[in-house]
Amino acid sequence: MEIGEPLRLVLFLVGILSFVGLNAAYLVWVERKGAGRFQRRPGPTEVGYAGLLQPIADAIKLLSKQLIVPAGVDRTLFRAAPLLMMAPAMMSLVVIPWSESLAARNINVGLLMIFAFGSINVMAIMLGGWSSRNKYAIISAARVVSQNVAYEIPMLLVVITMIMITGTMNLNEIVRQQAGSLFHWNVFRVWVNPLMPVTFLIFFICMLAETNRAPFDMAEAESELVAGAYTEYSGMGFGVFFMAEYANILLGCALGTVLFLGGWQSPIGVWPGVFWFLLKMYLLVFTVVWIRWTFPRTQFYGLLNLSWKILIPVSLFTLILSGAMMKLF
Amino acid sequence: MKHALKEIYVGFKSLVVGMRITLEQFFKPTVTVHYPHETLKIPPRFRGHIELVRDPATGKPICYACKLCEKACPSDCITVEGAKVDGAKKRSVTQYRLDFTKCSLCGSCVEACRDGAIRFSREYNLAGLSKEDFVMDLFKRLEQEARETEPPGGGAGPAQPPAAPPAGSTAEKVEKPATEVK
Repeated sequence: MEIGEPLRLVLFLVGILSFVGLNAAYLVWVERKGAGRFQRRPGPTEVGYAGLLQPIADAIKLLSKQLIVPAGVDRTLFRAAPLLMMAPAMMSLVVIPWSESLAARNINVGLLMIFAFGSINVMAIMLGGWSSRNKYAIISAARVVSQNVAYEIPMLLVVITMIMITGTMNLNEIVRQQAGSLFHWNVFRVWVNPLMPVTFLIFFICMLAETNRAPFDMAEAESELVAGAYTEYSGMGFGVFFMAEYANILLGCALGTVLFLGGWQSPIGVWPGVFWFLLKMYLLVFTVVWIRWTFPRTQFYGLLNLSWKILIPVSLFTLILSGAMMKLF
Repeated sequence: MKHALKEIYVGFKSLVVGMRITLEQFFKPTVTVHYPHETLKIPPRFRGHIELVRDPATGKPICYACKLCEKACPSDCITVEGAKVDGAKKRSVTQYRLDFTKCSLCGSCVEACRDGAIRFSREYNLAGLSKEDFVMDLFKRLEQEARETEPPGGGAGPAQPPAAPPAGSTAEKVEKPATEVK
């Protein structure tokens, strides 16, 4: 369906803002409920039915708090950092195809655009930490940069492998190629590259590291660094960082769904694409929560060792292997 | 190379095992006791602050102010006053002051009592706004309890342990049947 350009823009803005906002709020609820269940607790129960109003109560609390800009900080950067983290995540959602026809923009270089915007995320946390004029925040900023540089490499190697296999950077086209049964999903296409499931695992691990999720939450290591780069932020300044973190998780899971799990394609040919897309995406989100409450935080050298000694060699190998397979067959 | 591959394999396997364990826990029932809505059963030998025991026959406190408990108390938190009522054989207690801020719940007073006139209460919802809330008169407490729990003219039944909380403590009215949790 063709709709006018201004209307499309407005619809996108309203849709994405509400989607990201609601998801950020309710993923916190999911996280807390999940954490509870994994530890045999019920999680939030008091505010509303099953604690469903808890995110709203939290939001009201954060909104009513004063935004403190501590003395001696770089005011501009301090204020800009949360926005710099939120905006790229929102921008990247422009190209995600939610179903056959539901995407804000069908860009031919969608994948490239996501990764171009995704890198700003690192800079935002670094700026937040740097401008806070706080020792913990600066340590955290340094960690974030080395961590994200380390994990950007295997991530991009995996994505290059995917681009080689699919031959396009258009996300809608990538999904269209995975039509049919379960075994047409990229993650199971072992005849193209026998290491496809491994590729997906590497992608998922890198996604966790890029979004600074446990067990790679070095940026916000509460037990060591107070709240890492977010130490000096109060009220909604912190709230926006928090929302952006969940928006990034959402984006990472959406991207994983598109690249590996067949996006809006239904494996059994029933129900609309949006349903399948959201189902796959939220399953990945659940896995993210599940991983967070299973593994303790890695030590920093363990984190870098994992990337440089395991993930990068393996992803390079899969890249070469799929190149060779494509040449041979 | 072989060593590195083995390390990856063993490490990955342990991660999968860990995730399986947490997922198993995820589907098991929760073990939380939702405290204000449900409470655990208090163990029979629970030591709350002490309280006076009523004589089931007369409804009056058994205590006759012999002050043995006062002497037994190592932290000096009990003050007993008694008076002889005309016609009665024994003295009867008129004031039993317990300074709970000093009490360490050692139980020497309960041990010292020859007639079982004091015992540990089962009161644990103790909260107050001032220190004075915890200097309580157990005799007055007992009388108040008698007024509240028994209808006028009714026989003095056996005293029920947790009744009126001391002054200042917020009365917990949500007393659903205590759910027993193993």
